Amino acid sequence: MTVEARPISKTRLPGLAALLVLASAIVMAVLVLAPLFVVFGDAFSKGFSKYLASIRDPDAVAAVKLTLLVAAIAVPLNALFGIAAAWCIAKFEFRGKSALLTLIDLPFSMSPVVSGLVWVLLFGAQGWFGTWLIDHDVKIIFATTGLVLATILVTFPFVARELIPLMQDQGADEEAAALTLGASGLTAFWKITLPNIRWALLYGVLLCNARAMGEFGAVSVVSGHIRGLTTTLPLHVEVLYNDYDFVGAFAAASLLASLGLVTLVLKTTLEWRHAGELSANRRH
Amino acid sequence: MTDQAILPRPTLGGAPARARRSRWVEHSILPGFGVSLGITLAYLGAIVVLPLIALAIRPWELGLEGVWHALAAPRVAAALRLSFGLSALAALLNAPLGILIAWTLTRYDFLGRRVLDALVDLPFALPTAVAGIALTAIYAPTGPLGALAAKIGIKTAYSPLGIFIALVFIGLPFVVRALQPVLQDLDREVEEAATTLGANSLQRAVMVILPALAPSLVSGVSLAFARAVGEYGSVVFIAGNLPGKTEIAPLLIVIKLEQYDYAGAAAIGLAMVAISFGSLILINLLQLFLARRGKP
Repeated sequence: MTVEARPISKTRLPGLAALLVLASAIVMAVLVLAPLFVVFGDAFSKGFSKYLASIRDPDAVAAVKLTLLVAAIAVPLNALFGIAAAWCIAKFEFRGKSALLTLIDLPFSMSPVVSGLVWVLLFGAQGWFGTWLIDHDVKIIFATTGLVLATILVTFPFVARELIPLMQDQGADEEAAALTLGASGLTAFWKITLPNIRWALLYGVLLCNARAMGEFGAVSVVSGHIRGLTTTLPLHVEVLYNDYDFVGAFAAASLLASLGLVTLVLKTTLEWRHAGELSANRRH
Repeated sequence: MTDQAILPRPTLGGAPARARRSRWVEHSILPGFGVSLGITLAYLGAIVVLPLIALAIRPWELGLEGVWHALAAPRVAAALRLSFGLSALAALLNAPLGILIAWTLTRYDFLGRRVLDALVDLPFALPTAVAGIALTAIYAPTGPLGALAAKIGIKTAYSPLGIFIALVFIGLPFVVRALQPVLQDLDREVEEAATTLGANSLQRAVMVILPALAPSLVSGVSLAFARAVGEYGSVVFIAGNLPGKTEIAPLLIVIKLEQYDYAGAAAIGLAMVAISFGSLILINLLQLFLARRGKP
């Protein structure tokens, strides 16, 4: 949380304090930390060479590449949307703004499976546009496009939710001053808005990317699980796990867990270093 | 775009040329409203609104009766009951666990506090499939904790208890993060006043701190609940997926889709969205009530 507020260490009941700290540590260790240890423990359970072989497996490499590709399309699109949405919502007053905010938040409260399902309803073989797509030989479901669409929907609000409150706090005075002094709108955006929001933008992109690369439910619905072709890394984990290749599954999972850990470290660093430049209600 | 017209010479004060837009938009000398709103609406429409319209319409090709039959089928009804019931239970257990962890993180200074604080977000950061297979490995009969529980005759993985554990795991950060800012800002003078007036620590906790926490506690618990209802990746491995017993609603959507029963899948999806939405409205009302009561 915020850096300034140091917790109060003086308590009248040091015994109780120690007990509560211990209880928290145990809950966190058993519930939250244990899965992390298990991932790496099981990944290396048959030795380092077996681990390396699992990672270098062509299907695993294809899964990593596909995951990177999907994130490389979904994250920039959502970031651009986030900036556009934050610009019009934070800098202007217009009717229907709260309805717009609700719609932007909506994907957060949808089940990932539903976020995949809706694309099948549109573009699946029996979807609204299914026949048209088959006639024109376009494949969306069970193909990369479907994976990208599902990922975009699941990670839709991350950047926007990070930027909107911050830009609302910052207001439009600085940009207005620049315009009055003769700057163009684009100059004002590049020289004032972007520097003001850069850390929050990075924060949002970081969370968006972590979710995009780790997403399972939504992509599972649209993927079809074609090995080496439409399995992203989380789906590759599932395929191997269901084949009882536990070392392979946990080796692939260890890559994703490392991604999660790196994200966590970067996110925490941003929160410590630039707390003032991130929006106050960044947790969702 | 209409706003481009005023770009070159922004003038402070009035802009009579733009009066026709003012019914919807308040005047501003900043450019880019049309472009940014256009991008926002187009993208939102394509990515969120159009797919949701499909979700809202598709089930009804079964007819009202067909939708009812699809949802009231024993297997579907059991899955919905399981998903919503266990999610509610898990979110409720997250309340005391979340209070405990948020309290120690904000009130005590101890070695490793910052690390513990950062680790609270681990369930967010760990991809759900990873959490799913890891939790299964821990709580399977051969796993360290699963074997321990099996010794005293409790089945964890591949039972509703396993699903429950996964849902507690996934929901915990929501409650902790909702409570932390409130606990940090809580006026300690009020607590001290209570102590001066003779309240013991239990009375202080129940009568002073808890009412102040209540609104955020409710919102944290409801976020955990909403997340748990839709959760798939971290649950599907540990659940066992026995129809009618340990089959969660999101999994049933996947199964219906595999059988090309689009309308049936959409019916379950729509029901989940509707029930979640309904419970969120109820929770919001409860929160309003608590916030009003919390004020002196």
